[in-house]
Amino acid sequence: MPGRAAPVPVADHGAASGAGTGKRAARAVPAWRRSLRPYLLIVPALLLTGGILYPFGLGLYYTLFDFAASKPQPDLVGLGNYRRIFTQPAFWDSARVTVAYAVGAAAVETVLGVAVALLLHRSSLVGRVLEKVLILPLMIAPVIAAIMWKLMLQPSVGVINHLLEPFGLGGVQWTDTPTGALLSSIAVDVWVYTPFVAILALAGLRSLPASPFEAAAVDGAGWWFTFRRLTLPMLWPYVLVAVIFRFMDSLKVFDIIYALTEGGPGDSTMVLQIRAYLEAIRFQRYSFGISYMIVLWAVVYLVTMVLVRYLGRIQNRAAEVAR
Amino acid sequence: MDMHAHDRRRFLAIGAATAASAAPLLTACGAGFGGDRAKNDGSAADDITGSFDWKRAKGKTVKALLNKHPYTDALIADLKAFTEKTGIEVEYDVFPEDNYFDKLTVDLSSGRASYDVFMLGAYMVWQYGPPGWLEDLGPWMRNSSATGAEWDQEDFFPNLLSADQWSLKAGAPLGRGGQYALPWGWETNVVAYNTEVFKKLGLKPAETFDELREVAGAITRRAPGAGFDGMYGVAVRGSRSWATIHPGFMTMYARNGLKDFTVEGGKVKPAMNSPEAIAFTRDWAEMVRKGGPPSWTSYTWYQCSSDLGAKKAGMLFDADTAAYFQAVKGASPASGKIAFHPGPKGPGGSLATNMWIWSLGMNARSRNKSAAWLFLQWATGKEHLRKGAIEHNHIDPVRKSVGQDAAYKDKMRAIPGFIETFETVVDRTRIQFTPQEQFFDATTSWAAALQEIYGGKNASSVLNGLAGDLASKVG
Repeated sequence: MPGRAAPVPVADHGAASGAGTGKRAARAVPAWRRSLRPYLLIVPALLLTGGILYPFGLGLYYTLFDFAASKPQPDLVGLGNYRRIFTQPAFWDSARVTVAYAVGAAAVETVLGVAVALLLHRSSLVGRVLEKVLILPLMIAPVIAAIMWKLMLQPSVGVINHLLEPFGLGGVQWTDTPTGALLSSIAVDVWVYTPFVAILALAGLRSLPASPFEAAAVDGAGWWFTFRRLTLPMLWPYVLVAVIFRFMDSLKVFDIIYALTEGGPGDSTMVLQIRAYLEAIRFQRYSFGISYMIVLWAVVYLVTMVLVRYLGRIQNRAAEVAR
Repeated sequence: MDMHAHDRRRFLAIGAATAASAAPLLTACGAGFGGDRAKNDGSAADDITGSFDWKRAKGKTVKALLNKHPYTDALIADLKAFTEKTGIEVEYDVFPEDNYFDKLTVDLSSGRASYDVFMLGAYMVWQYGPPGWLEDLGPWMRNSSATGAEWDQEDFFPNLLSADQWSLKAGAPLGRGGQYALPWGWETNVVAYNTEVFKKLGLKPAETFDELREVAGAITRRAPGAGFDGMYGVAVRGSRSWATIHPGFMTMYARNGLKDFTVEGGKVKPAMNSPEAIAFTRDWAEMVRKGGPPSWTSYTWYQCSSDLGAKKAGMLFDADTAAYFQAVKGASPASGKIAFHPGPKGPGGSLATNMWIWSLGMNARSRNKSAAWLFLQWATGKEHLRKGAIEHNHIDPVRKSVGQDAAYKDKMRAIPGFIETFETVVDRTRIQFTPQEQFFDATTSWAAALQEIYGGKNASSVLNGLAGDLASKVG
């Protein structure tokens, strides 16, 4: 086995040469140290894994009880918390809102992000300048962006209605209606994260091989044909990476919605993460709140697994197109 | 055969050993449940003996968690006097209200004693009291070695002191049981209005709820055309928060003789879906639609208050302090043009008013209780509160002596109607909610229901749904 054989030639070489500089190398590594080395190397990974699994396991353990501020010595309820969650209409309402938000935000960000990347890729000078501007929203904390948008969307004093007034569209109550609140939240998410998709897509565009495009140009292929048959299939793995990240993040959204609408009006933007927060922190029903988070984790995990598996297939297909 | 083979069985054995050794660690790290309720057998106050001495805890440091508020500013401005009097230093953290209670809740529930004293509302006693996070201050108040004679318990308005007393049983009335906090500053909910727009439009402060709705609608319709650009009728809170329910809404609700819950045979039952409550809630939502602020569903007291000050709102139905801070000279474009009125009466002339009390409490796990009690005693004492009321903006005195103080009255007379309104409602101002642990869930859900009704949903079905949901949580 190469890994285990490596130290032996070094020691042999030093001893054979008898060179003064090789004295240190020549000393044989004791067997106990060699046997310990793999365990030492694995320590950081173990610590990291423990750091992740400890709170997770503890949270999972708590969900089996009815632990709350009003009941610090709780009873074991087994899967009772999960049963309660799945039989509550509020959970299914929140699940519906969460999926609508995640699908809406990820879809719009993907389309806009790819479009922006294509535009920037065509003009290198403008592209380079705009790239710097494009990244600005990503440098703002989402909660700050949401507060900023909340002010801009104020019907009476916000700049958005002020800008729309000349077109006869002023006075819109952006976050006062259920649909408006959801769309406004998605819009803020799109504003913050479209640059993320665009930058990934742009990096992908710049790394595509030139030869298939040159061949297509020689054959007289049009822009749309080239885009559909060459650019998109080869770019798709990059885009899908962005989609996976954005979809995962959007399913877990908290800051943008909480700062913008607090989950309202009514329960119209009450995503799972906010409900979990309210249950665990505001209402101090710890076990129930954690159960919500575990359910959300399971959903995100499963969706991500499916998307990552799909990514593998897409990467293979992209490699075939590039060949 | 390799002597050091890292086979799977060996790895699993090590893993199992690690997991086994981690089990005690979990317990040591506090992985167990909160448990450890504050012991009720005896109070640390009993350890204080001898004659009362302000210097008893000289050299100690008290840690305080405070909410960003004008009352807090008055306290901080006077802290030097406390240190001179006692030799106790005060370290404090101030958080804005949006985050303050989450910070306090997390801190108390963690079981640490990061803060010895903190600000809280009387409603928080219902949440923090039952888990044993709050020190019962009754034994401290009763111990003459711990409490100086000049503190004068009788000087507090009795309804304020009793609002922080509770037996920790859902549905049980306030004023009995432990004293879990001390009133420090309070707010009564009344109507403040812009005299300029009222004069120009020929309006009078509303005496009934129907009149209030009419006046609010009239201002929204007519004020912009009368030179008050963008002005609407009445500023009331609307965010999806418990804080939306307790000021104007709960005051008018109570004046109409309505209850949030009823208590029958020790069981707490939701009552916000009674036919009268449904009708009132529908009317309130309609008032907001026709005369309330645009983007009402995000409105907190900050927005309501600043709209009155910025002449965006013709009236404010909220805490008197929220209007007062806009009314003082030079504070806002509307200052000098804001007057106070007790607000609409209910059927039979009821002026039942809901209140908010900024109280001061002590952490039951504090290791510094003696010094913490001296701080609470000083902060709720006559000397500091008088100074706060006269030299700063710590208005709405919790002590009768401050309310009667000539210098205080002179100061407040500058605001039209303030003293008259205060004196009219002070005896009728109480906590109008039923004390119970799920207060925050109930009122947050209630605010969400109000938003839905405002959005056009059927009030009856929304409130029936709310009551059904709360019945299983509260009962």
